[in-house]
Amino acid sequence: MGTEKVPSSVVQFAALDKLLALGRANSLWPMTFGLACCAIEMMAAGAARFDLARFGAEVFRPSPRQSDVMIVAGTITKKMAPAVQTLYDQMPEPKWVIAMGNCAISGGPFKCKNNYSVVEGADQFLPVDVYIPGCPPRPEALIEGILVLEEKITGKRRWPRVEPT
Amino acid sequence: MDTSIWQPILYLIGIMAFAGLNAAYLGWCERKGAGHVQRRIGPKEVGPYGLLQPLADGIKLMTKQLLVPQGVDGILFRVAPILAMIPAITSMVAIPFSPNIQARSIDLSVLLIFALASIGMMAVLIGGWASNNKYAMISATRAVSQNIAYEIPMLIMVITVVMMTGSMNLEDIAAKQQGGFWNWNIFPVAGESVAQALIMPVAFLIFFICSIAETNRAPFDMAEAESELIAGHMTEYGSMGFGLFMMGEYLNIVVGACLTTILFLGGWDCPLGLLPGVWWFLLKIYILIFTFIWIRWTYPRTQIYKLLNLSWKVLIPFSLGILLLTAIFIKVEGFLI
Repeated sequence: MGTEKVPSSVVQFAALDKLLALGRANSLWPMTFGLACCAIEMMAAGAARFDLARFGAEVFRPSPRQSDVMIVAGTITKKMAPAVQTLYDQMPEPKWVIAMGNCAISGGPFKCKNNYSVVEGADQFLPVDVYIPGCPPRPEALIEGILVLEEKITGKRRWPRVEPT
Repeated sequence: MDTSIWQPILYLIGIMAFAGLNAAYLGWCERKGAGHVQRRIGPKEVGPYGLLQPLADGIKLMTKQLLVPQGVDGILFRVAPILAMIPAITSMVAIPFSPNIQARSIDLSVLLIFALASIGMMAVLIGGWASNNKYAMISATRAVSQNIAYEIPMLIMVITVVMMTGSMNLEDIAAKQQGGFWNWNIFPVAGESVAQALIMPVAFLIFFICSIAETNRAPFDMAEAESELIAGHMTEYGSMGFGLFMMGEYLNIVVGACLTTILFLGGWDCPLGLLPGVWWFLLKIYILIFTFIWIRWTYPRTQIYKLLNLSWKVLIPFSLGILLLTAIFIKVEGFLI
């Protein structure tokens, strides 16, 4: 969305599309849903010091029917994967997935020879939009992930990107 | 009364605008209030002071997929959110914002508003039942038992006020409290009975607690206890169905604050008897709404048993006592103003 080209037609919907994208990007309600220690960092991101609320993304909805973005925060075990899949399926469109932490990206420290219980990455069964590396990522990283998701939806970034020096 | 065709239309537009603005921006107030209570900033980046946040939420909710899950009762599932919204807007008809601003002066307006509030409760029950979800069902039954429990002391308090003023018309009730805070029903020291003035603050407190419970707000939000019941009766509602439920909830808060203002705080009257007008009414209802938000983000949720015990064992005996005392004062000392 946003980044792809809108095909030209007699009636132009590009302005409306932009408006809808802006609305969606500025009210990303995550699901109250944490799998492991990354969820602690997710809670910290919502609390006073980091305050996810500034971007309108603090409304952690308990029901998947009302949430827009699923933050997969933690290790997905093979036993948990069907439940995560069900929750994702229950979310109405449009919906996005953020893989938070190394476990949700690739299995992290659990990706080893004798791994019998851990799914190696949320992208094995979910369409992941944003990956946030870290073990666990700091709350700033989660906020950056939300900003990147907003950039993906609207096609432009809220603030200039800070280049690493 | 003016019989021009434009008057009802103007009131309709005005009430809809008032209701829509309140429903949208109370959400913003709540998030901002929650932020400041928790030493956060709250919505800030979406527009100045986050003022465009309700707009973004509205756009998002309206353009989200309208999902009707399998196994729900199709008609009732679609009707419930609308039913949650309609009674709240309709009861604004009977509310006098000032002597001149009132859609209709209805003789039994107190009764009308409480009847409509009960219909609003039906929306929760219908929504919970039609969702075909056990959490929604549990939540709906809880909400109804809570509402029955708290409607009794609330109505007894209303009867007390009606006995004091001798009218069931909200306009008359407010008109009888004009001329300064010493005439207000919360502490009517200018009335003929000092004993009555001493028990009215208790009556106000009971009424206010009941109106928090009636609108399903924390600490009495047993209907949507996230940690136990997911999102309560709204569990299966996404997009604007959920949005309508939320708007209905905020409008119920507005109606509750309006009722409290008219019954106990003198309606459009200035505390010192100067310049009475609609601005005082709005000031009072927004102070009350701020108190609602303040209480919600300060106190943790109670349990359903404690909640029902509070009503049946404390509030109802107290309110019956107040009713009895008021009757005695009116009869014996000639309190009736």
